[in-house]
Amino acid sequence: MSLAEARPASPAVFSRIAPGRLMWIAVLIATIVLVMLPANALPAWAWKYPLAWQVPFGSWISAFMKWLMESASFGFFTVHDFTRAIAWTLDLPLQFAKSVFATGFIQGQGSDAVVILPAIPWFAMIVLSVAAGYAVGGLALGLQMGFGLAYLAVFGQWDSAMVTLASVLVASLFGAAGGLLVGLACVRWRWLERIVSPLLDVAQTMPVFAYLLPMLILFGFGPVSAMVATVIYALPPMVRVTIVAIRAVPEEIRSLGLMTGCTRRQITWKMLVPSALPALMVGVNQVIMLSLNVVIIASMIGAGGLGWDVLTALRSLNIGKGLEAGLAITVLAVLLDRFAQALAVRSGAAVQGQSTGRRNILIGGLGLGLALWAAAAISQPLAVYPEAWKLSTGAFFSDIVSWINVNFFSTLEAIRTGVLLNVLIPVKRFMLALPWPWVVAVIALAGYRLGGWRLALTVGLMALFPVVVGLWPTTMITVYLTVVSVVLSALIGIPIGIASAQRPKLWRVVEAVVDTLQTLPSFVYLIPIVMLFRVGDFTALIAIVLYAVAPAIRYTAHGVARVSPHLVEAGAMNGCTRGQILKRIRLPLALPEILLGVNQTIMLALSMLVITALVGTRDLGQETYSALAKADVGRGLVAGLCVAFIGMVADRLISAAAGRMRARMGVEA
Amino acid sequence: MLRTVTRMLATGAVALALGTGAATAAPESKDPIKITLNDWTGELISAHLIGGILQKAGYNVEYAPADMLAQFTGVGSGDLHVVIEVWATTAGEAMDAAVATGKVENLGPSGLEAREDWWYPEYMKEKCPGLPDWKALKDCAEAFSTPETAPKGRYLSGPVTWGGWDEERVQALDLPFEVVRAGTDAAMFAELKSAYERKAPILLWIYVPHWAPIKYKGEFVEFPKYTKECYDDPAWGINKDAKYDCAKPTGPIYKAAWAGMKDKWPGAYAILKDYKMDNATIGALAARVDIDGEKVEDVAADWIAKNDATWKSWGKK
Repeated sequence: MSLAEARPASPAVFSRIAPGRLMWIAVLIATIVLVMLPANALPAWAWKYPLAWQVPFGSWISAFMKWLMESASFGFFTVHDFTRAIAWTLDLPLQFAKSVFATGFIQGQGSDAVVILPAIPWFAMIVLSVAAGYAVGGLALGLQMGFGLAYLAVFGQWDSAMVTLASVLVASLFGAAGGLLVGLACVRWRWLERIVSPLLDVAQTMPVFAYLLPMLILFGFGPVSAMVATVIYALPPMVRVTIVAIRAVPEEIRSLGLMTGCTRRQITWKMLVPSALPALMVGVNQVIMLSLNVVIIASMIGAGGLGWDVLTALRSLNIGKGLEAGLAITVLAVLLDRFAQALAVRSGAAVQGQSTGRRNILIGGLGLGLALWAAAAISQPLAVYPEAWKLSTGAFFSDIVSWINVNFFSTLEAIRTGVLLNVLIPVKRFMLALPWPWVVAVIALAGYRLGGWRLALTVGLMALFPVVVGLWPTTMITVYLTVVSVVLSALIGIPIGIASAQRPKLWRVVEAVVDTLQTLPSFVYLIPIVMLFRVGDFTALIAIVLYAVAPAIRYTAHGVARVSPHLVEAGAMNGCTRGQILKRIRLPLALPEILLGVNQTIMLALSMLVITALVGTRDLGQETYSALAKADVGRGLVAGLCVAFIGMVADRLISAAAGRMRARMGVEA
Repeated sequence: MLRTVTRMLATGAVALALGTGAATAAPESKDPIKITLNDWTGELISAHLIGGILQKAGYNVEYAPADMLAQFTGVGSGDLHVVIEVWATTAGEAMDAAVATGKVENLGPSGLEAREDWWYPEYMKEKCPGLPDWKALKDCAEAFSTPETAPKGRYLSGPVTWGGWDEERVQALDLPFEVVRAGTDAAMFAELKSAYERKAPILLWIYVPHWAPIKYKGEFVEFPKYTKECYDDPAWGINKDAKYDCAKPTGPIYKAAWAGMKDKWPGAYAILKDYKMDNATIGALAARVDIDGEKVEDVAADWIAKNDATWKSWGKK
């Protein structure tokens, strides 16, 4: 019955917000008129921000960086010495992990090196992982670990994969531990959270290329810089998850701690953290995934491993080899993810009385693994995976791309030209024709309508930043690419999400595809796409959509599936058809969730911009990439901040809209 | 994989050096000399050549994968030591900036000559018979066009960071072409591969020594020969009012090193200074890797083994 009553109510809601709608229609008309205006209708500065008004943040930052590294001193030692000491310390665990997994323990350097203990050989690693997988997640996980690692060995990716594994493990460890500590500190001191939160936003939306250069200058060229950059990129979700998870611990547990006389430290580490552990593991999972995401970029500054293999293979257009190395990254991601999730489930269930059989297998497996390692240490040639057992499907994939290229190019070309001429170029012209004061004003207005003066001021200032630093046209090209690809991702992702939400079998397939798309380095599919669609914005568009469609699918499916079954049942009892239930109940109720999915899509699209710079777009991604090439710290950071601000404006506005929508529907978050 | 191979090679080299009674004097420092690996085959081979030779002279060598432009930050700070191929044409600006800081030293030309210019596959000659003369391009722009550039032809230029003055060249020579920028050289050659498979029109920026012109048959467009005046003085050349009305400069490929190298490893520094290669050698070695599928390390070791006479004289004066 509640539904029947709810429906007539909606026109009332509509009429209440109608003035707002009218205003937006007016804004739209004004925008169109502004774009149509002849060039001399407005003063020139409205289109082209005068050079004299620009604030040279870029050169200030560069000058500061130079001063920092060359002159700044703490008295006894310089900043340069200090950062290098940090780098040296961070290098220790990294070297250790690399020795265990990849290089072996070596005495002496370079050509004098004598191997004391070889790296863990492939067969011992497989035995150990299968045993660990079995102990944590049962037979299924054990088999997965076995097959996954066997894939790495059989396809000749073993050595590089272990280098990558070592650096990802150490980076994830730092990311997870650092994130946990920062998160706990934020829970403890509210003011800290207020400072940290915007920094996290920046770290998440700023292209990695933008802060790669400062890392190189501070920490030196090599794996440590790559690791620090990785940690910065992967840390934010851990901090966020920690804050939410610790706050969500039931008040009773905290009170119990206080009543039994625990100290603050005891409450935190013995009660809060353990009870929040399952939720915290979600954060750890994100850290691992994000660390693997930057493997390619990290390899450009000395991390080596699979990322480097992908780069080198694609450089010589060896698509198949690039794909194999890329898939090896996906395999690593899947294995680490499944293992971490199984750990989370187990820690959540807190099974104490484990069956002795399982424990025996674990101990047996560990023993066997270590014995094999020792055996390999005595007879070193054994430890190397034999060349003759290696397989490669590389040629096959290269041939497929060539076959598509030869047979279907004209069809693809027609599609590309159509989209380019009818969608991309008009949207781009429109965006570039907008006068900046108007855009800033409209963004501030939207902020005011959705969240009052504070929001208006925040988003207005962020929108003004690219203008002030003189990057307005570049920023608008970025916005245009982002808008088109987000709309396309939503058009593709939301229907798929809706379709798979209620069909578990379909969902499993969709999830596997989405997982692969998110962990496979985009570089791998970028080159085949270039072969089929040439360089340019269309290729960039496809690459962005492939990567950014994932959250649109995920959040939609999640939102639709989460709608309270009571409401669905009520609808069914009222005689709604399936279609009606979907349209009138599920979708409206899932809308806030879907909006958050779109929000995430925007973030991912922005993070792909750097990659699209590699296929010739002229946006902010290109700006950060060129800055890296020219070793211009300030220019890169300023362009990076512009990207971050686009993301933050979108995020603030959409979150406010989703919040209002939720409040209006009376759905508790 | 690279690592194990380098390690094996390294141990092999040590054994060799011991076996021959340590061919040269003991190195000044046993700290490893770090040689950068960039992501094109020719450079990988050059790096392994100089690395192998330094090892034979008793030095410790490590290889560090690095981006072509980002690496100079590392060389300046002494984290990396040797960059064996610096293309004056594409990385020249980055190197000059680094040299200006006084922390990086340009060790002079490596003997390789880079040529970069507009290039087309052989089959395009049928559609545009006047080639390779550049004037032919004026009449057959249509043959090189794509739907969004038609009736103008499409010319695929290198990444923005490479510069190259192609937009200006098109203006100055009044060519009916639109310049499209590829973001990376991988993307550029992906387009070439795609077009070549379909025998489709393409005109792009190619540089040698590179494997592409070995694998794909074609030739460079012959523009008026480059002179310095052409780039500096508008009055020079066919177009009296514009610069860049000529071909691109051919440029030497330099060797660069960390400025502290000559004090820390004087012997290695001397060898590096004398190191000399030529296009034919590197091109042939690169073809063995990219076309025959041999390993970079093997190819380099093979050259070192067969050319004792050449490299043994380096660094001895």
